[in-house]
Amino acid sequence: MTNKGTPLVEMRDISISFGGIKAVDHVTIDLHPGEVVGLLGHNGAGKSTLIKCLSGAYQADAGQILIDGKPVTIGNPRDARAQNIETIYQTLALADNLDAASNLFLGREIISPMGFVNDSKMEAETRKIMQRLNPNFKKFNVPVSALSGGQRQSVAIARAVYFNARILIMDEPTAALGPQETEMVSELIQELKKQGLGIFLIEHDIHNVMKLCDRASVMKNGQLVGTVDVDKVTDEDILSMIILGKKPEKAA
Amino acid sequence: MTDTSTPKTDQNVSLLNRFLRATEIDTRLLGMVGALLLIWFGFHFYGAIFGNGGFFLTPRNLWNLSVQTSSIGIMATGMVLVIVTRNIDLSVGAVLGLTAMIMGLLQVNVLPPLIGLGNPFIWIIAVIVGMAAGALIGVFQGWLIAYRGIPAFIVTLGGLLVWRGCAFLSAGGRTISPVDENFALLGGGPYGAVGATGSWIVGLLACAGVIWMLHSGRKQRVMHDFKLRPMWAEAFLAVVGCGAIIGAVLLVNAYPWPRGIVNAYAKANNITVPPEGLFISHGFAIPVLILVAVGICMTILMTRTRFGRYVFAIGGNPEAAALAGINVKWMTLKIFALMGMLAGLAGVVASARLNSATNALGVFDELYVIAAAVIGGTSLAGGLGTIYGAILGALVMQSLQTGMVLIGFDTSVQQIVVGSVLVFAVYLDNLYRKKVK
Repeated sequence: MTNKGTPLVEMRDISISFGGIKAVDHVTIDLHPGEVVGLLGHNGAGKSTLIKCLSGAYQADAGQILIDGKPVTIGNPRDARAQNIETIYQTLALADNLDAASNLFLGREIISPMGFVNDSKMEAETRKIMQRLNPNFKKFNVPVSALSGGQRQSVAIARAVYFNARILIMDEPTAALGPQETEMVSELIQELKKQGLGIFLIEHDIHNVMKLCDRASVMKNGQLVGTVDVDKVTDEDILSMIILGKKPEKAA
Repeated sequence: MTDTSTPKTDQNVSLLNRFLRATEIDTRLLGMVGALLLIWFGFHFYGAIFGNGGFFLTPRNLWNLSVQTSSIGIMATGMVLVIVTRNIDLSVGAVLGLTAMIMGLLQVNVLPPLIGLGNPFIWIIAVIVGMAAGALIGVFQGWLIAYRGIPAFIVTLGGLLVWRGCAFLSAGGRTISPVDENFALLGGGPYGAVGATGSWIVGLLACAGVIWMLHSGRKQRVMHDFKLRPMWAEAFLAVVGCGAIIGAVLLVNAYPWPRGIVNAYAKANNITVPPEGLFISHGFAIPVLILVAVGICMTILMTRTRFGRYVFAIGGNPEAAALAGINVKWMTLKIFALMGMLAGLAGVVASARLNSATNALGVFDELYVIAAAVIGGTSLAGGLGTIYGAILGALVMQSLQTGMVLIGFDTSVQQIVVGSVLVFAVYLDNLYRKKVK
């Protein structure tokens, strides 16, 4: 993947601190259409915080976010969604007491002409997308608290995919999944990539990174260690970036 | 992402379970209705056997019970929203007291000199001002809770004292009486009821509503190819729903006006009363119809609108709700505003029923309202609750109270029983939820 043309997203010089601690310190990353960029680093390195600035959960203290080269203001999750940015959070961010359809459409309910939520339409749409993502999914009328980890994950993924995202943020999407389910997520990422989506993937498993990502940006203590093309480095190189915070010579 | 659920084998499922599944009746609802009937029959037969006769299951007592439930029931519907979003409102009784006092002063001291005593607009202005005052108080409390981060418990505990104090100060501790004649109708009484014909109209409209709901629900399912209820289950629901409504109509129509009122009415309208007396039915009391209307509106709000969906989402996972783009603070403010407005409406009903605004109006109501919501299945942990449950809960509370008065229990014993029932009901509910899981 060559980085030609205007990036889909550019987060330029982003800083954010909480109570004097710099969680993200002048970090710049970008993402092109059809590209998967891995975000790596220890727990507390600032990956999730950085990405939450893009999804609207946090507001950066300094820095700029550009989409298609144009600066945008993302003040809340609604703004992010308006820019076709969808996020799959590590916690999945599901309301446990609601069913799959209500969660999928939360904040974007289908409304009937009379102004009421159209539950049956939403359930029908949910059945359609689930047919594609997870054909085994049958529990449409129970709260998501009654679902297994994998089923919950598929609800969260369906929510991100359904609304025609251009930019997808996945925060450890396979952390709670078994091998088979992890494989399904990998396939989904490949498919979405082919469709031209840009994906930020926060991931701890180095093998997944090598397999799925085009580039990897490594963070340590809130700062960007560096961004490398995955096929030009070894997993050892990336690991040493994560652990030592040093960029390998040959990829510099 | 495998789905591990296996379809349950049907042979082990009992007939009752099959029936419940086909009709899709909420078993909790069934339990509450059962508990209610137990209380009613219990008090009736206790009175019949040990006391001076069974008075509970008489049209007169049940009619009064429905009126007494109205004010608490109206507030309980709002409390569901508050508790579902993991908040609490301890100030509703005091807000009821203050809004009733404001409306009382308005009708007795302010409006008559301005637009004339008995002006038909007095009650309308009073109701609007009272509900607006309640909503404003709610907005203020909601703002403190949502935007200033003070816990709801503290804000509304403070509110309980502050608004009660304001109510006392606003009238200097006096009782404001009597209220406007039209206003008083909103509290019930012989004139504040819709009569036999009116009740039949209401009842038939309600029956039509039940059938329309079943029909449109089925149409929706057909449209999207969802599983349908068997036809016998639909018919069963229609018969039970309409049967209950017609039963209620017959009941309220079986309670006649007292002789004195009949004579006064006959005199005023130049009707000669035959020696055996005139049978003029009460019919549904206006406050009860207000409660039913509030219940329907709130149910629609909770189950059919975005607002209601967001209320549940916030209760289930506030963080997820915020990440889904829901403005949680603004929602909280609106919920408290709605609660305040309903407390104002309850103030209308309560003061109209008493025909006066007193300082004691609504004292301890917050506890009954919260108890009604909780008995009705609203979870204090948030995320769960129904409007009909809260109204049934209010009915349970009021039935206990009325029943104990009828068989002559002391106030102290009443308090002990009500308190114990509250704790026991929540314990039962916990057991039920665990079993369902």
